[in-house]
Parts: sequence; C-alpha cells; structure tokens
Amino acid sequence: MAEVKNDLSYTADHEWAQTGDDGVVTVGITDFAQAQLGDVVMVELPEVGDTVDKGDAFGTVESPKSVSDLYAPFSGEIVAINERLEDEPELVNASPYGDGWIVKLKVTGDAEGLLDADAYRAHLEAEDH
Amino acid sequence: MSELARTALYDAHVALKARLVPFAGFEMPIQYDGIVAEHTRVREAVGLFDVSHMGEVRLRGKDALAAANRFATNDLNRIANGRAQYTAMCAPDGTIVDDMIVYRLADDDVLICVNASNRHTDVAHMREHLRGDVELTDESDSWSQIAVQGPHATELLDRVIGKTSKLRPFRIRERTFAGTSVLFATTGYTGERGGEIYAPNSVAMALWDALMTQGADLGVGPVGLGARDTLRLEMAYALYGNDIDRTTTPLEAGLEWVVRLDDGDFVGRDALVAQAAKGVSRKLVGLELTERGIPRPGYPIAHAGAVVGSVTSGTKSPTTGRAIALGYVPVALSDTGTELTIDCRGRTKSARVVKLPFLSRD
Repeated sequence: MAEVKNDLSYTADHEWAQTGDDGVVTVGITDFAQAQLGDVVMVELPEVGDTVDKGDAFGTVESPKSVSDLYAPFSGEIVAINERLEDEPELVNASPYGDGWIVKLKVTGDAEGLLDADAYRAHLEAEDH
Repeated sequence: MSELARTALYDAHVALKARLVPFAGFEMPIQYDGIVAEHTRVREAVGLFDVSHMGEVRLRGKDALAAANRFATNDLNRIANGRAQYTAMCAPDGTIVDDMIVYRLADDDVLICVNASNRHTDVAHMREHLRGDVELTDESDSWSQIAVQGPHATELLDRVIGKTSKLRPFRIRERTFAGTSVLFATTGYTGERGGEIYAPNSVAMALWDALMTQGADLGVGPVGLGARDTLRLEMAYALYGNDIDRTTTPLEAGLEWVVRLDDGDFVGRDALVAQAAKGVSRKLVGLELTERGIPRPGYPIAHAGAVVGSVTSGTKSPTTGRAIALGYVPVALSDTGTELTIDCRGRTKSARVVKLPFLSRD
C-alpha cells in the first residue's frame, strides 16, 4: 500500500504539501504517484522567482515511458527548487516525502482547499475501484 | 470493451507482481521491477520477455516462398532454409502495412512473426495477395513466444534448450524442450545476444520456469514492454505505429536495405520505384537533445523557428542517459550534425541529428 503521511496535505493530482512555520509550502509527489510513474528519470523544475497560479503546470516528472505535469497546489512564488533532482531524479522514487521534495512555494493567495490525509486515503481507494 | 486475452504466462506475471496493461488486445506486463532495472538486466545479464502476443502466420505449400515474396519488400530467395529475414510489407501505395520477421523453415514452409496489433490486418492483406499453391494459417493462438536476450542469454539457452551458442544471428532451428518440439530463432528486438523461442502454449509455463530457475546464477529476470521499448529505441529499431505506419514508406523510414526493387514484383513495388526515382522528401533520423529534456512522440521538430517534422519515438536512454528520439525531417535537414530544435511541451530544446543506432554494439 502507498504510504500517506498524516501531517501533510494532498491534492487530488497526488501531490503533497507541507506548510512550514514561515508560511512557505514544500511540494512533492506522493508515494502513490511515484509508484504509478515508475522510475523517475527526469524532473523538469521551474526557476526560483517564477510565479505560479493555483492549478498551473509548473514542471514535469518523467519516467522512461511517460511524462506527468506538476500542478501548483496554491498560487505563489517559487522560492526554492530541489536542485539535487537534476542529477538524482530517482530521489523522487526513493524518498517522495523527504529528499525527493520538488519545490518550495511562498503562497500569495488562498492556502485552502487541499485534502487531509484521511480524505486523500479515501481518494486513493476511490481511484482503485 | 471486449475481453482482454491472456498469454499462457499470465500467472507467472501475476506471481512476479507485474503491472499489467491492455496491449493489442492482451493483458500484458509493462514492468515488473522498474523499466531502468529491467533495461539494465538485458544490457548486462539476461532478461526474459513474454512476447506471446505477437502474431504467427504460417505459409505452407509448393509456392510458399513465392507467396511470401509477393507481399514482402525483401526477398526470401536471398536466404537459405533455416534463416530469418527482416522485411516490410507494403500497401499498393508503398506505405507500410507492417514490419515482420520471416523465417524460411523449408522451401515449402514459411513462418512469419508479425506485430500483435496488426495481426488481423496483416492476415487480410496477405490473403488478398496470396497466389499459387500455398495455404495460409493464422497460428497466433497456438504459439507462445519467449525472448531471451542479453550477454548471458546464450549460456542460459544452452542449459535449457541445448546448444545454441554456435548459432549466428538470424538463424532458426528446431529444439526439444520437455519432450516437445520448439523453434529457436537467433532474433530479437534489443540488440543483444540470445534469441526467441516459439513454443506450443502447453509447455510455455514450464519453459519460462526453467529459464528463470536455471538462469538464477546468471542474473536472469523478467522484462516488460516498457523496457522492450527503451531497448529497441537505443538500437533505433522501428516500432510500428510510432515510427512506421500507413503514412510512411520503407524508403523514408531508413528501411531501404529491406527493399529489393530489382528482385521481382511485390505489392507496393511500383510506388516505391517511383518514389526512389523521384527521391524521398523526408527521412527518419536519430536526434539527441543537447540540453536537458526528454523528447516524446508527437513533439514538433523545428528548424530556424519553423516546424519541419515531429518526433515518432523518444526517451531518456537508460544506458547512456542521453535524451534520444526518432523523427521525420526533410532530407535537406537529415545530415548527421544538423542542428534542430524540439518543442518539449512549450519549451524549445536544442537537438542535433546523430548517427544510428544510438547505442553501438560490437
């Protein structure tokens, strides 16, 4: 079973978000998403300073056979990218909630509307059936 | 949706926790342990592929060779019995109906391995153009097929079906497994040593198990359709539906080496003679990105800002890490070294035309 962490928020597109004390949100893809994708061989990252609107595709995660868009969970400014992913995209598979984080976002708009862990688990079960 | 077929090895895939996907009407394993690991297994050790979905068409009779030559662009008279030949099969307009391996078993017995997704189209096309004393049978449902590919493949095959290591590429021989006659061919779709075993469904599972068990010390493991695709693309082997189809001709696709315009008539010959005389306007070339990105089928290829073609296959080569693609470009832009760009989902990436195959094997 895919791991779902209790202390994170989730999108229906299988991304997770964690709001830090400074209001900066760290974004990555879920364990379920990385397992579905298979081997991540490239992550296309935005640049620090880019601004994104909620729902915008801000990057891609690619396996040998497929490419998936990353969608901004909130509107905001990209304040950090995980540069390790340029050379080690496999971190997304190995540690989706840890070293495989993708971007940090300084939220400028509404930071609501994500799923909590239980709602995301229910979403996974619904997708499974 | 119609019911998906299962190969005789379905239970093995389930036991190996394969991810199964619908492919050409079959429920097929796309991956087991991950595409990169499976790809590496074939390049460095030995991998097993269930390719039982492939179609097998048999031609039997006095005119079997002549019949095959009528729809094949290549010429079966150029090889001896016991040998295999790669060929295209064209429509009268010269576009490709399918590509296939033709096995010349005897003067009156030809086995043809066709793409699973084209099986019914192919059989209909062959029947339409069948002439002489020959009987065509679609044997696809009777055969299982296991590809054994990799540097340790011959050693594994020696153990399981007897001496194969002396056999040069593109040969086919009868072998015995578990008291049952099977056909072993030194063909494949990866660029590695080894071959493909055509076995009756009744022994397929025992054969798979024997290959897995007796190859344990050689690093054997299963390989799904995902890695099959990355392996073939590194070798620039065309994939029907991606790189070749009913809109492309063998002369455009770099398959002129399997088109014998001087060796008698075949379906599509007139169109290909005309195209050869006029010269093709576009060619399938190999491309490599010179910056980060991964080209994918359908991405536009541009030159000086103008779209000149599109990618037909692309991936990040698991062996070299390079971003590789096949695509059609105008002949004037097809020379090795030509600088082009590929539009990767709105981002323009620099690319250049490179020699094929992407991976050179000895």
